[in-house]
Amino acid sequence: MAFDWTYFWQSLLTPSPQFLNGLALTVVISVVAMALALVVGLLIALMGRSRFLPLRIFASLYIWVIRGTPLLVQLVIIYTGFAAAGLFRFEDVDLFGALIKGAVQAAIVGLMLNESAYISEIVRSGLESVDRGQNEAALSLGMTPLGAMRRIIVPQAIRVMVPPLGNSFNGLMKSTSILSIIGVAEMFQIGSTMSASTFKVFEIYIVVALYYLLLTTVWTLAQTGIENMLNAQAGLPRAEPVLKRLFGLRSRRAAAVAAPVLQPVDAA
Amino acid sequence: MTLYTAPNTIDIEPIVRAVGVHKSFGDKHILTGVDLEVARGEVVVLVGPSGAGKTTFLRTLNRLEAIDAGEIAVRGERIGQRTNQRGRLVERSVRELAQQRAEIGFVFQHFNLFPNMTVLENIWHAPVHVKREPKATAVAYANELLARVGLAEKADVRPRSLSGGQQQRVAIARALAMRPALMLFDEPTSALDPEMVGEVLAVMRDLAAAGMTMIVVSHEMGFTREVADRVIVMDGGRIIESGYPDQVFTAPQHERTRQFLSKVL
Repeated sequence: MAFDWTYFWQSLLTPSPQFLNGLALTVVISVVAMALALVVGLLIALMGRSRFLPLRIFASLYIWVIRGTPLLVQLVIIYTGFAAAGLFRFEDVDLFGALIKGAVQAAIVGLMLNESAYISEIVRSGLESVDRGQNEAALSLGMTPLGAMRRIIVPQAIRVMVPPLGNSFNGLMKSTSILSIIGVAEMFQIGSTMSASTFKVFEIYIVVALYYLLLTTVWTLAQTGIENMLNAQAGLPRAEPVLKRLFGLRSRRAAAVAAPVLQPVDAA
Repeated sequence: MTLYTAPNTIDIEPIVRAVGVHKSFGDKHILTGVDLEVARGEVVVLVGPSGAGKTTFLRTLNRLEAIDAGEIAVRGERIGQRTNQRGRLVERSVRELAQQRAEIGFVFQHFNLFPNMTVLENIWHAPVHVKREPKATAVAYANELLARVGLAEKADVRPRSLSGGQQQRVAIARALAMRPALMLFDEPTSALDPEMVGEVLAVMRDLAAAGMTMIVVSHEMGFTREVADRVIVMDGGRIIESGYPDQVFTAPQHERTRQFLSKVL
């Protein structure tokens, strides 16, 4: 096997500026798409609980269509398809002096739409996990339904939602690797360009994989911190240690505490 | 300081007035015409076999259940509904309903304390966020109430570390913190281990003695006999008998009451 260790270490430890730009773009797209998806996902979840039938129908259709089609196809339709049909074209825009490429906007929109459907189901099951008596107690104390939601239900639901939301974000970061299909110069795209010009295919993609692993590991650390913070607020024991979580050595007891049981969302 | 200070005025109107209340869940007719008037300061205990509609009726009094027909007024105001300019009956806004509920304390069978808050925060939360009381005032009053129910030393723990009886006493303090005009109790001791029942009933006894208007769904016949001003027997979604506890327990008029009492006394 011809593995160029020198090239490998060089690419890993002193990545080119181009590669770092790709890494940065991966992070930025992930964070922005996730933030928007949280907002849209919450809206969809609330629509699904609305008293108005049309809103409930819209929410179910949205979730059905988005979750039932591949992200790859959604991205191509949004970016290439819409432009080809003359419906909508993502133009490069200048935002506070930074040029945002059309493809990047399409990527953020596509990931946001895709992720929001999954998030709305996480939010829904999170809200449903809070005992009905909590809402009744809040109402009986004179809170409005919205007040009860905001002050009593949501704070309890968030603790339940964070673990699956965190996993969702992990998945989202990895999904950005398919953005190369619409020409976004994220980390994977840069990697494949480099491999095409150097023929160090194996070395490059191992480096790319390690950088994705770095991103997801850093996020797992952050997520554990957030869970511990919320558990402390709720007076619960700490979430399981990061090492256990990363290497899959979950103890049964710790897993039950860290991730309160959620109904499998896909079964719905 | 007592758990409750009764106002120094006289009400002409009953504090609760229910007329012809009907309620169905699907095709199950749970309440089939309930009429009840409760005077201020009265302690009324609802008894009857399970499925009689006691809990459902209690929940209609603060509109945790909307009613299908009839009317319910608390302190002379229809609960959750009002008549508009054209005389038609319409739903009150959620805000108005919330304000009405704020005057009615409700104690649940399963306590329903907020697990993410400390015991003390459970008690001052609604006075601060719903009634906009200054936090210092609300916290001071919460501490007083907690002392009155005998749990002063539990202020800073989470509800889940308390026993059932302690949780229920906190739940009563939480309801009282809103300074309600009447208190509804939905089987407050049914979820408790037998040795915890007494401590909760003791708090309720104090409250009754202080002059609080109380409507209680209960299976505690000893408590009922001792504390109730009036016993209401429900069966099949309506009131079949009512009267002084001694009268109802020793000389029940209705055959169904006799059957029920023979099982529980």
